[in-house]
Amino acid sequence: MKFAVHYSGLVAVASLLSFGAVQAQEITGAGASFPAPIYAKWASDYNKATGVKVNYQSIGSGGGIKQIDSKTVDFGASDMPQTDDVLKSKGQVQFPAVIGGTVPVINVKGIAPGQMKLDGQTLGDIYLGKITRWNDPALKALNPGLALPDAAIAPVRRADGSGTTFNFTNYLSRVHPEWKAKVGEGTAVNWPVGAGGKGNEGVSAFVNRLPNSIGYVEYSYVKQNKMTYTQMKNRDGVFVSPDDEAFKAAAAGADWNKSFYQLITDQPGKKTWPITTATFILMHAKQDKPANASEVLKFFNWAFVNGGKSASELDYVPMPADVVATIQKSWGEIKDPAGKAVSFK
Amino acid sequence: MNSTPPSKHARSGPVADRIFGWVAKSCAFLTLGLLIAILTSLTVNAWPAIAKYGFSFLASTVWDPVQEEFGGFVMIYGTLATSVIALVIAVPVSFGIALFLTELSPSWLKRPLGTAIELLAAVPSIVYGMWGLLVFGPVLAQYVQMPLQAAFAGVPYLGMLVSGPPVGIGLLSAGIILAIMIIPFIAAVMRDVFEVTPHLLKESAYGLGATTWEVVSKVVLPYTKTGVIGGIMLGLGRAIGETMAVTFVIGNFNQLDSLSLFQAANSITSALANEFAEAGEGLHQAALMYLGLVLFFITFVILTLSKLLLSQLRKSEGAKT
Repeated sequence: MKFAVHYSGLVAVASLLSFGAVQAQEITGAGASFPAPIYAKWASDYNKATGVKVNYQSIGSGGGIKQIDSKTVDFGASDMPQTDDVLKSKGQVQFPAVIGGTVPVINVKGIAPGQMKLDGQTLGDIYLGKITRWNDPALKALNPGLALPDAAIAPVRRADGSGTTFNFTNYLSRVHPEWKAKVGEGTAVNWPVGAGGKGNEGVSAFVNRLPNSIGYVEYSYVKQNKMTYTQMKNRDGVFVSPDDEAFKAAAAGADWNKSFYQLITDQPGKKTWPITTATFILMHAKQDKPANASEVLKFFNWAFVNGGKSASELDYVPMPADVVATIQKSWGEIKDPAGKAVSFK
Repeated sequence: MNSTPPSKHARSGPVADRIFGWVAKSCAFLTLGLLIAILTSLTVNAWPAIAKYGFSFLASTVWDPVQEEFGGFVMIYGTLATSVIALVIAVPVSFGIALFLTELSPSWLKRPLGTAIELLAAVPSIVYGMWGLLVFGPVLAQYVQMPLQAAFAGVPYLGMLVSGPPVGIGLLSAGIILAIMIIPFIAAVMRDVFEVTPHLLKESAYGLGATTWEVVSKVVLPYTKTGVIGGIMLGLGRAIGETMAVTFVIGNFNQLDSLSLFQAANSITSALANEFAEAGEGLHQAALMYLGLVLFFITFVILTLSKLLLSQLRKSEGAKT
């Protein structure tokens, strides 16, 4: 009797396991949190359209790189592009998936969104602790018409390692030599001043609450929380406001044909927003599981063709059409064990 | 020792008894195995940082992921300072709560108050964190920090202790939030152990004319000190390991340029939570693992110290009688 009970239990477990194995149409990815909202939206739309389940875990770029290295996921995602040498040594390929921007936000009484003008030099000086008051001569020179208060600046930045911080510090490193020497660029850096908020929501909470503060957040947070963004002076010397067009202009300036290793901060162009970034997908060039790889490529191909609208709704910028063509061409490098290119159609 | 071993007949029970014995034993050994496994994997992963910095890691205040220079002093200091602040606030308050509930409270109030305290213990830590950031921080800045700064401006040491941007974020707010979080734990344990003090002892003391305070300090506390210290240690353990709530209110600032209580700082757990996901392979990750190992060690030392303290107390007790 006892044996019979145990046996039936085993059968139940076994049948559960086999049921799990039958559901094959599922691909997994992991990595950057910055594009996670749009990947989730694409995944749910794609699931409705095709029945394929895309499971994306937003665990951070570092985690995404680790997971794809150990082949526990079908694709990894990172906000920092990998250099061509690193990719070659790991046998991986990368392609950009979507574009976004980082925007300085302030909370100064009497100043409306878009009124304050900043450039790379002053922004870097504020975060180095060299400009400490809002009525500093350098800020007055950039904003002759504004009534700037005699108050201490409270800089706010991200506490957690993040692609947004990488984008911001990469920009400052390009335009501010002292910043590059003293602090440098990375997902987490040794900040000389300022309080750290956790996540974009933490930084926006700080800035909204704290008089005379400055912070930097992803563009979507500026829009959704109606925050006081600043204009930035771009490489061509023009002051621009952050919007989709300005991010697109930054992406158009990069030479995607040569390599996907493109950091699109401080790009030329009159309309260009200077603190713009692309976020990247990593895959192995030689696929042990070509069926899964094919599903991943089909998913992103679908997203490039059909996902532009939902990307714009979530304040991301879809990749321009000519870049998509380049990306599709690059997928020829992803091959099955027999050496045949994995199909994305 | 004193109990006679059961007879052979009783010991050789059915197979199920023996299987149950094995299962129980393997459960116990599983904990030990897990502990060793965690310690080993932490050490192995932290090894690049241990090999490079050795013990100087514990004293260095530089934390620069870009230049790959790491030292853990700021985080270790933050963890210890916030926990001490939390204990300093939480222990007297919890003692008061437990004392009121067991000795002074009218009986109709005992149950609702006790339930309220237990409910406080069940609030998720992230809620405390958000409350601390959005509600408590501004209040602390407006009504405590700014008046203190105005009062102590220019006073040598006191002025330095309260300096810093008036944000309401930093060591003190983290310590206070931690205190609020651990009060229910300590108070609940204290109340429970106070309640097991035999009524006979207490009533004898009252009968001899002792005041409530004398009963508590001379009868209840000596009788329950093991439990009371256990409760405090439980609270301390929670304070040291708390992550989410601390991250929200500590400011996550890796420089130690003043001893101000209002200065943004960082704690070990907060640094781990914030940086681990995006930390690149290599020294950065190893340094974070090293921090984890240090935290493990701190907890271990505290546990050992509390055991030593208890055995010391027991010895002095023996000397008196």
